[in-house]
Amino acid sequence: MAKTYNAGVKEYRETYWMPDYEPKDSDFLACFKVVPQEGVPREECAAAVAAESSTGTWTTVWTDLLTDLDYYKGRAYRIEDVPGDDSAFYAFIAYPLDLFEEGSIVSVMTSLVGNVFGFKALRSCRLEDIRFPLAYVTTCGGPPHGIQVERDKMDKYGRPMLGCTIKPKLGLSAKNYGRAVYECLRGGLDFTKDDENVTSQPFMRWRDRFMFCQEAIEKAEAETGERKGHYLNVTAGTPEEMYERAEFAKEIGTPIIMHDFLTGGFTANTGLANYCRKNGLLLHIHRAMHGVIDRNPMHGIHFRVLAKALRLSGGDHLHSGTVVGKLEGDREATLGWIDIMRDSFIPENRDRGIMFDQDFGHLPGVIPVASGGIHVWHMPALVNIFGDDSVLQFGGGTLGHPWGNAAGAAANRVALEACVQARNEGKEVEKVGKEVLTEAAKHSPELKIAMETWKEIKFEFDTVDKLDVKHK
Amino acid sequence: MSIQDYPSRLSDPKSRKAETFSYLPKMTDEQIKAQVEYIISKGWNPAIEHTEPENAFGYYWYMWKLPMFGETSADAVLEEVNACIKANPNNHVRLIGYDNFAQSQGANMLVKRGDI
Repeated sequence: MAKTYNAGVKEYRETYWMPDYEPKDSDFLACFKVVPQEGVPREECAAAVAAESSTGTWTTVWTDLLTDLDYYKGRAYRIEDVPGDDSAFYAFIAYPLDLFEEGSIVSVMTSLVGNVFGFKALRSCRLEDIRFPLAYVTTCGGPPHGIQVERDKMDKYGRPMLGCTIKPKLGLSAKNYGRAVYECLRGGLDFTKDDENVTSQPFMRWRDRFMFCQEAIEKAEAETGERKGHYLNVTAGTPEEMYERAEFAKEIGTPIIMHDFLTGGFTANTGLANYCRKNGLLLHIHRAMHGVIDRNPMHGIHFRVLAKALRLSGGDHLHSGTVVGKLEGDREATLGWIDIMRDSFIPENRDRGIMFDQDFGHLPGVIPVASGGIHVWHMPALVNIFGDDSVLQFGGGTLGHPWGNAAGAAANRVALEACVQARNEGKEVEKVGKEVLTEAAKHSPELKIAMETWKEIKFEFDTVDKLDVKHK
Repeated sequence: MSIQDYPSRLSDPKSRKAETFSYLPKMTDEQIKAQVEYIISKGWNPAIEHTEPENAFGYYWYMWKLPMFGETSADAVLEEVNACIKANPNNHVRLIGYDNFAQSQGANMLVKRGDI
């Protein structure tokens, strides 16, 4: 085959470009969106990605001949245009199952998003999707409990659950922080949440926070007769410290703890998920740093991949974006990854950016958490978009109520129940949201004030929704 | 409106809630029927449970007979709801939709608050 380029780029395509390859059910499949350096043909570039993310290096070594590299190599088997972007193309790569250690998301990520992302022949590279073969899925622990078990443990059915992140995120004393938790829970929320920045700072050490929050939970349960939880963040500087906090959380009988899976890392996350499964703790997962990794449409890792990785590593909740709140999130793309969190089988759906069928088999589902800049007026849309298996988290939308947290919580709870009731009655709740909330506010002064505080927004989201077409 | 107190008290049994729809006003028969129809339309199995209000926190309430497997008449379910209320006039009554595919309860809603 003729050489069409030079300068350090090896002729990869002879070995790694296999357009006739028929992927096996047991293969890992990956789709990368690649912009090659000028002059590098697509086939060569795709082959280079396959090589650098599997067995290849820049030169042949004699020990290559001691193994069956044709078996172990990654195979670039398809190239597709990226709709709306002539500079980029999709490279589809298949990897044999035994390139990756069983049950180790770390192993998968180290290969698939490792050296290849710094490879000189690529201007940019984005991992759009991975198909984890079912054979590999069965080696992963997955969510400690999953959606149904969480519902049973918390005794919450037939509606989304409600949460709130306690603010200000930094600076409160443990006792004042517990007060904010108690007020939210007695007002009707199911959960409150540590802000991700809260770990064990000098102004509020973790042990004090855990104790005060637990009393807040217990008193709110006694007062309301409902089960409550607060996500106690156990993310720490070392695994030993993390486990010590988790152990203490278990000892005081709290129902749910929390971890940041990207800053904490997959090793810590998978270990903690196993701990939670063994010890009956639900596990809420925050995603700090995801914006660094997934926001650039041309380089990095798409959130749907991070969501799959988390489901396999383990977590009962995962932040998903809100579509309607303060943080960016395309509606169709979001619907795609909330399916990835919850469903057993997710078919390929290019309209939602899903490049492969994904079979999670028996693996429990993860509850998507919609959090960030939402308030009572968003409730009809949120109920419609997320359905029952979700946690809707109103931070400012609870704490910012003019009468305080308990009233803010009650307003959200009344709004939620009114929307669920209307939906069950067959009403198009996104369209008639205003009437539903206005009617509900007649018997809830807390909701009435909340509606006056946060002004009305539009409910016909098709008109304000913008599809992310520029990289498709 | 000036700032109002949130009137929930440990000492006041009326402060106890009972999960989904316990923050809404008492439902009319028509409204309960609409919820029954929702459960039936989802293919779930309707069931009725009740309890003394002071024991509502427990996971297990009393079953009112067996779940109504395969029942597709909302009126028939409503009749059982009313029979349960009549036989247990002081109790909380909730309507459940068992989703046997999800191995969960697709619906579980308070349809009548007991006297406290």
